[in-house]
Amino acid sequence: MDWVNSILQGILLGGLYALFAAGLSLIFGVMRLVNIAHGDLIVLAAFLGLTITSTFGLHPLAAIIIVVPAMAVIGYLLQALILNRTLGDNILPPLLVTFGLSVLLQNGLLEIYTADPQKLNAGAISTANVALGPLYVGVQPLLMFGVSIGVIASLQWIFYRTALGRAFRATSDNAEIAQLMGLNKAHVFALAMALSMAVVAVAGIFLAMRTSFTPASGPGRLIFGFEAVIIGGLGNLWGTLAGGVILGVAQAIGAQINPGWQILAGHFAFLVVLAIRPRGLFPRVEH
Amino acid sequence: MSARVTRSSRSSRAFAIIAGCAVVILIAAPWWAGRADMRLFSEIFLYLSLACLWNLLAGYAGLVSVGQQAFVGFGGYVLFGLAIFWGVSPLFALPIIAILGVLVAVPVAALIFRLRGAYFAIGTWVVAEIFRLLASQISALGGGSGTSLPVSVVKSIASSRATRESVVYWTALALAILVIITTVFVLRSRKGLALTAIRDNELAAGSLGVEIWQTKFIVYVLTAGLTSAIGALIFLQKIRITPDAAFSVNDWTAFVIFMVVIGGIGTLEGPIIGTLIFFVLRETLADLGTIYLMILGLVAIAIMLFAPKGVWGYVKSRYGIELFPITHRVKFEEE
Repeated sequence: MDWVNSILQGILLGGLYALFAAGLSLIFGVMRLVNIAHGDLIVLAAFLGLTITSTFGLHPLAAIIIVVPAMAVIGYLLQALILNRTLGDNILPPLLVTFGLSVLLQNGLLEIYTADPQKLNAGAISTANVALGPLYVGVQPLLMFGVSIGVIASLQWIFYRTALGRAFRATSDNAEIAQLMGLNKAHVFALAMALSMAVVAVAGIFLAMRTSFTPASGPGRLIFGFEAVIIGGLGNLWGTLAGGVILGVAQAIGAQINPGWQILAGHFAFLVVLAIRPRGLFPRVEH
Repeated sequence: MSARVTRSSRSSRAFAIIAGCAVVILIAAPWWAGRADMRLFSEIFLYLSLACLWNLLAGYAGLVSVGQQAFVGFGGYVLFGLAIFWGVSPLFALPIIAILGVLVAVPVAALIFRLRGAYFAIGTWVVAEIFRLLASQISALGGGSGTSLPVSVVKSIASSRATRESVVYWTALALAILVIITTVFVLRSRKGLALTAIRDNELAAGSLGVEIWQTKFIVYVLTAGLTSAIGALIFLQKIRITPDAAFSVNDWTAFVIFMVVIGGIGTLEGPIIGTLIFFVLRETLADLGTIYLMILGLVAIAIMLFAPKGVWGYVKSRYGIELFPITHRVKFEEE
């Protein structure tokens, strides 16, 4: 029963990893940009949530309503003012600029919030649980998993059913032709980053409700998100969810064998997928 | 009037003489510099080596790694393992460590070369994380809290402290010179021509018959071996190792990237100038702590946005100076 329980916990944790990954996957899909500061932006959202909950006495879930638009604005400005200048054939500038941003964010957060571990107190919801047959499942992990699926479904819908999604796909396929058709590439990219950061905001609040975090937590989140993207297959949002779940389950199994192996087991799952299915388990079907 | 093609220029010949004098002065440092200065110099040599190697990887082979700390830490841990379990003398261990670094890099490269561009970068980081977690599982080397080099092993280098420090210093200097000479020779070889072609345009290089995968693989594995040896020397100097220090992304990759980017990526002179700028900044601003690191991050972003070729790139395009004889030039002579 311990095993079933820990695997179930792993699946639920995988939802959070999919949230870490979805924003990364989105901007890669639209503009081939890999944001090294992605994890640090998740942590920035967590700290924004901390400031808002402690200043206004809001519940963390209510703080999402403020943090999501705030991060979206930050994302838009980041892309429009800085990252758009780095895009081109050379992969070095975007990589190094986001790497510099990562160093900047980590140390800026350290300066403001110190290195003390912080956590968002979600009150009664964090200890409530429901019986699922012989198992008890926490309400909070269940809620987070449900929201993750909802977020992925919404992104999928935006991508394939809305004018914005059409703009994303068109710019991704051929930015020059999309410009000729009246799309403003810089604006489309900035909107993609804004959407990515809105997802990051949800991920950051959930991270902060689930575990304690410090300004140095970012790189670890980036790596989990990245592994979920690669396991699931590039450019496939539902695959990313599956990748997150596989990563979460691998970590849960590792932890069940030996607590020291939790993270290591996740990394090994990633390497195994890379070795046998380098394009991920569910690569996007080329139309 | 006849013309001949040469690689040397007035600036490269002048630089060779200046560099030669500088090396002689630096070899004599134990007789004129204080202990603190020598420690600082060794650190500069080790960082200079890391910067030159990262530049070869990212600037020429297009392999942007943010996981070189994997090999720095690997070298450090193997040094401590060899010394603690088998009593191998640290200086004798260095070449063994370089070979082991190469051997470890082969399967690593086979796996992560499946990732492209920026995903490759994060893949190298995952590998470094795996190395860190594995190192913290070795309880005989102190697990997560690390371990120290036994006194007997330290004493085996030389019995007196002053001699020992001089020996470590000379080894660091020798390693830096070895790395610079290796990169110059690699770049002057056929492989170097292939590398320069890949740097300038990977697609075009491939279509002209350059073996891209093989060339990148050789560069990756070669840098891994040398980086492992540098890592070993770094932790020989520190005498103590922990997984967090050995596999620190900030210390062994972020700072190194900063040096190369500031100095000028894709040139041999860039990392050298960048390392010097980095240490001047550090010696003057390090008291600021986190603010100093924020300044580094900002400067790196600004350089990449406004002067992506760095300090040396600017000098080179403005004045055409080259300190190392790499580029072919046509020289006209009166007869």
